[in-house]
Amino acid sequence: MIRTEEMLLNVGPQHPSTHGVLRLLVKVDGERIVETEPVIGYLHRGTEKLAEDLTYTQIIPYTDRMDYLSAMTNNYAVVHATEKLMGLEIPERAEFLRVIVMELNRVASHLVWMGTYLLDIGAMSPFLYAFRDREQILDLFNELCGARLTYNYMRVGGVKWDAPKDWIGKVDHFVSYMQKQMKEYHQLVTGNEIFIQRTKGIGVYDQETAINFALSGANLRVTGLNWDLRKDAPYSIYEQFTFDVPVGEVGDLYQKYLCRMKEIDESLKIVAQAVANFPSEGKIMGKVPRVLRVPEGEVYVGIESPRGELGCHIVSKGKDKPWRIKFRRPSFYNLQILPTLLKDENLSNLVAILGGIDIVLGEVDG
Amino acid sequence: MNTLLLYLGPVILLLIVLGFVTYAILAERKVIGWIQGRIGPNQVGPWGLLQTVADIVKLLIKEDTIPKNADKTLFKLSPIIAFVPAFVVLAVMPFSSQIQFTDIGVGLLYYMAISSITTIGILIGGWASNNKYALLGGMRSAAQMISYEIPLVMSVVGIVLTVGSLNLNDIVEAQQKTWFIFPQIIGFVVFIISSVSELNRTPFDLPEAESELVAGYHVEYSGFRFAFFMLAEYVYIFAMSSLTTVLFLGGWNAPFGFTFLPGIVWFIIKFSVVVFFLYWVRATMPRIRVDQLMQFAWKVLLPVALANIILTTLLKEVPFLTHYY
Repeated sequence: MIRTEEMLLNVGPQHPSTHGVLRLLVKVDGERIVETEPVIGYLHRGTEKLAEDLTYTQIIPYTDRMDYLSAMTNNYAVVHATEKLMGLEIPERAEFLRVIVMELNRVASHLVWMGTYLLDIGAMSPFLYAFRDREQILDLFNELCGARLTYNYMRVGGVKWDAPKDWIGKVDHFVSYMQKQMKEYHQLVTGNEIFIQRTKGIGVYDQETAINFALSGANLRVTGLNWDLRKDAPYSIYEQFTFDVPVGEVGDLYQKYLCRMKEIDESLKIVAQAVANFPSEGKIMGKVPRVLRVPEGEVYVGIESPRGELGCHIVSKGKDKPWRIKFRRPSFYNLQILPTLLKDENLSNLVAILGGIDIVLGEVDG
Repeated sequence: MNTLLLYLGPVILLLIVLGFVTYAILAERKVIGWIQGRIGPNQVGPWGLLQTVADIVKLLIKEDTIPKNADKTLFKLSPIIAFVPAFVVLAVMPFSSQIQFTDIGVGLLYYMAISSITTIGILIGGWASNNKYALLGGMRSAAQMISYEIPLVMSVVGIVLTVGSLNLNDIVEAQQKTWFIFPQIIGFVVFIISSVSELNRTPFDLPEAESELVAGYHVEYSGFRFAFFMLAEYVYIFAMSSLTTVLFLGGWNAPFGFTFLPGIVWFIIKFSVVVFFLYWVRATMPRIRVDQLMQFAWKVLLPVALANIILTTLLKEVPFLTHYY
């Protein structure tokens, strides 16, 4: 008597394509996925709890380690929330520097995504090209703040370091270099028949599902909803810049790829405008007291990180430390749709769909 | 003297093949490195020349581990089954008009038949490891290699029809004027795609898809057993590139009457071009998905290969094309 049996496959936490320490308990019937259960928490460090015992400035380096691919946006989330609660004025030059580094970080983050995503589906070279170009951004950051990954660059009231001499020129040079490189990526990847076959029509979900799962970022925009916090709830000086929000139509993996690639283009546009209008003079720190005592109150700010809506909710009791701080970590919210998407999919689509969500485990686990 | 040669010859070939494998791995890493804007191995020996030697030594002195729940006999047997056919197929390969070990009448059929034994080795390895990833890898491998063997064989039928022989020497002789890559271009395309798949290389490297199945069928293998799997893989590259050269690129025949170089040199040049092509593809392509892989073999490659056979038979009857067919 022939019978078939479901097999429990344990993917991760040590697996090359789970982007860190995600563990998936996958029930497979042959190569068809019946059920998936993500297990998270292997990288949990309790950032939110730790932050309750830290002053506002001390929290900033902890946020670097959440979404380590775009530490600048994390820095900004906590800094921006604190500033909003304190009602601080930020010097223009500092705002420009912040926007430049945040957008460059978005480019770097999307490059890592693009490279690792193609690595997941079996193409090796784009990964190295992406890292080669990302390296230039890291070099720029290194020159600016002395760190390549965990920048700890922003402060409540401004930024820590002013741009070194010629740094703005180098950024300008990078923008035009990167715009040229984008053509190479499109030539190598976008039209590749195998890549299209692997991604088109895979992992589709509609707008309603996306909203119900609280997706944000490219994961939401791919369904056709034009929702970008830089436009819809503008913060910093984003209102000054003209840029488009790329949206998809059907919500498959291929459009997610296109969305993110276009976001790189848009970010470069913003950087180019910021560089062109960069104030030649000015302070980089506003008037901030030596010890930050944030007035009693509550504040929530949401900013557009490369992965989606990165929120920071601070409850202050008027002390120099937050009473409670909560981060809305977009990777964590975006990951929740995974079991739904993976149901009845082929096992080889697992990594393609998981990679498409673009999670950073440091952020998922907090 | 002849008897001595008969026994020494295979040993020499074995050493040549091992030497090829050693430097093919280095060349692959170098070429892919250059394509990806890296340097490639350059630390062990001058220009990284001893890198593979160091790798092999490392593999050989590793502890020999067998998983507790593995089927021990099959686990040990599988690398041998995978590896031996890779060498055995080389016996019929005409490297030049003199250098060939056995000139058997059905050389082409022999190659196809023997090379399919490796699949059994891989399947056994995947099964005996008692590991889920290995099992999935082994199953995929069996399905893939069996599916692609059919278009592979069908794609060369056109040549067999033209030459009227399965003997590899006859096939090379028949290409003195025109290489079969031109009249048999459809067959060539099908052949090269199927052979990349038979070699389990990108974009058809599903059995060992690193990002999905970790390492596929050899996930539990380490040390010299793993080395044997890798060796088999690279010897197959050697064999398959040789076969491509023999079938489509005129074997040892010199192009444009450039006979000042001996046949073996021409063989090596053409052979290297094929090997380089395989590296190039690996550096460029993403991996195809497993169900698409099957569809591609049965719905695209096989009909195209069959159409090629019909086309060849028809063109054979056209009077002014007899020169080519």
